[in-house]
Amino acid sequence: MKIAVCVKRVPDTETRIKIGVDGKSIDEAGVKFILNPYDEFAVEEALRLKEKAGNGEVVVYALGSDASQETIRTTLAMGADRGVLLKTDTPSADPLPAARALAAELKSGAYDLILFGKFAIDDYHQAVGPMVAELLDLPCVTAIGHLEVNGGSAVAEREVEGGIEVVELSLPAVLSADKGLNEPRYPALKGIMAAKKKPLEVKAVTLDAGGVTLLELALPPARKEGRIVGEGPDAVTALIQALRSEAKAI
Amino acid sequence: MSAILAVLEQRDGKLRGVSFEALAAARLLADPSGTVDAVLIGPGGISTDGLAAHGADRVFVIADDRLRLYQASAYAEAVAERAKAGAYSAVVLAATAQGRDLGPRIAARLGVPLLADVTALALDQGVVATRPVYSGKALSRTRVTAPSCVVSVRPNVFAAVASAKAGTVTPVPAPADPGRAKTTQVKAPERTALDVAEAAIVVAGGRGLKEPANFKLLEDLAAAFGNAAVGASRAVVDAGWRSHADQVGQTGKTVSPSLYFAIGISGAVQHLAGMRTAKVIVAINRDKDAPIFKVADYGIVGDLFEIVPRLTEEIKKLRGA
Ligand SMILES: Cc1cc2nc3c(=O)[nH]c(=O)nc-3n(C[C@H](O)[C@H](O)[C@H](O)COP(=O)(O)OP(=O)(O)OC[C@H]3O[C@@H](n4cnc5c(N)ncnc54)[C@H](O)[C@@H]3O)c2cc1C
Ligand SMILES: Nc1ncnc2c1ncn2[C@@H]1O[C@H](COP(=O)(O)O)[C@@H](O)[C@H]1O
Repeated sequence: MKIAVCVKRVPDTETRIKIGVDGKSIDEAGVKFILNPYDEFAVEEALRLKEKAGNGEVVVYALGSDASQETIRTTLAMGADRGVLLKTDTPSADPLPAARALAAELKSGAYDLILFGKFAIDDYHQAVGPMVAELLDLPCVTAIGHLEVNGGSAVAEREVEGGIEVVELSLPAVLSADKGLNEPRYPALKGIMAAKKKPLEVKAVTLDAGGVTLLELALPPARKEGRIVGEGPDAVTALIQALRSEAKAI
Repeated sequence: MSAILAVLEQRDGKLRGVSFEALAAARLLADPSGTVDAVLIGPGGISTDGLAAHGADRVFVIADDRLRLYQASAYAEAVAERAKAGAYSAVVLAATAQGRDLGPRIAARLGVPLLADVTALALDQGVVATRPVYSGKALSRTRVTAPSCVVSVRPNVFAAVASAKAGTVTPVPAPADPGRAKTTQVKAPERTALDVAEAAIVVAGGRGLKEPANFKLLEDLAAAFGNAAVGASRAVVDAGWRSHADQVGQTGKTVSPSLYFAIGISGAVQHLAGMRTAKVIVAINRDKDAPIFKVADYGIVGDLFEIVPRLTEEIKKLRGA
């Protein structure tokens, strides 16, 4: 079983976001970066599939600056076999250029599966996985919460509004992982030591310009100052009053 | 003078409300003089009622029983073919589970940018889209420089508008082969409750509920409203009290209801990521310093076990009147 996993380095969810002086990026001072949480599910699934198959390789790809090497090392410590950094310092506000660069690299890999996270918690596109699938003309199921692989075919389940879609597919395929797919392992000390010696190849890539220009990154407008209408059950009357006449919400 | 394509969504052969929101967003991008076409994919005999009244100039219908369920590749092909034929300056869909899956596929097929989960749209030397990023802690504003784009709009943000148009219906032959990934069924949940991402009112509960059985209090409140869904914080989903389908937040669903109740929920950043675009937020919490009060429009400090039943009574009275 040969599996590729695409991972992204993102700011920790707890991070307080400060906008940089250019008004187009975040101020990275003091920001802790982590492996995108959804990509953790993808890495874990890849490792389990390889373990179950008893053979194979898990190759991790990240597109980004040199700092993404650390993110790749985290996955190597979890158990991935080797990593590839597609190095670029110019991110794009359009997900398609990143998808094109990853697809070009993954194309010749002869992977049975290419795994992604459901979305990156920084840009929220939820796009790079299915875009890569389209570019490589591979079947694809996104945001899966359950997966069973049997030889050359698989059954995946994804949560939709009001139900769970069951999708049957053939390999090779592209999948993106939702929360609930598995419980990711923590890298053990042994894994962390071993990761240092695993191969990590760095290749420079140039992204095409894409079709959007970032005008501005801003903090969301503060919600208008709210108020405590009262304490205890007697405040319910005041709440109803406010919701009816002021907010016109009921 | 632009032409926009809206992608409609159906379930069990019935149009979903978000379809009208996609039409409204498309109308916004078409400006009054432009045309809005719609593409509807679904089972044979699917009805196009209401589409003309909501602003569709032309409706292209791809009806085939093999397309009753969402089949990603056949749907993507059908929309991309229509988009190519119509030379649209934007393809608009709702950012539902289906739209979020379909949007990037169409964008990749057309080789155009995707603006996902958009909360505001404007025309200013091209399409200008605002979308929440960094868990809703920032907003990015981007301008499309390509001749076309795919836009998915966050549900409940763009209100459906009445705007009578011709609404001519054209049947289109179906590319119905599901290809190498086929949706075989949609397992219905045990409950037939409204989905949190779609409900106009969300009554969400957290660890303050103490135990799973107490969610009955919230179900009663939701039932009193009639059009409400019960949501949950991750803490109670992880504890197994509620299904993941109900989870609101960064690793759950993003909701934008007109009214959101956070009951016994502290208001962690990851929870806020999922609900901060709600129009009105009400918090009920016994800790007056709980962070949720910072984003709430209205708050009651106190014991939810005393407050919620009273609230339910009052809502019942209102609705009965
Ligand atoms: C990567 C990541 C992703 C996450 N994703 C999500 C997500 O999608 N959604 C999410 O919700 N969380 C998410 N979290 C978890 C989040 O950080 C919080 O832990 C969680 O939201 C807390 O849930 P809670 O508010 O129910 O519980 P608590 O924080 O324990 O709050 C319980 C609240 O109930 C109040 N209370 C207690 N008893 C009563 C009473 N009798 N009457 C009134 N009030 C009472 C307390 O004052 C308290 O404020 C995520 C965390 C991480 C690290
Ligand atoms: N720069 C990147 N490098 C590697 N993988 C990426 C990158 N950006 C996105 N991905 C992958 O695509 C998924 C979806 O990201 P997005 O479409 O940006 O929300 C992520 O969970 C990753 O698996």
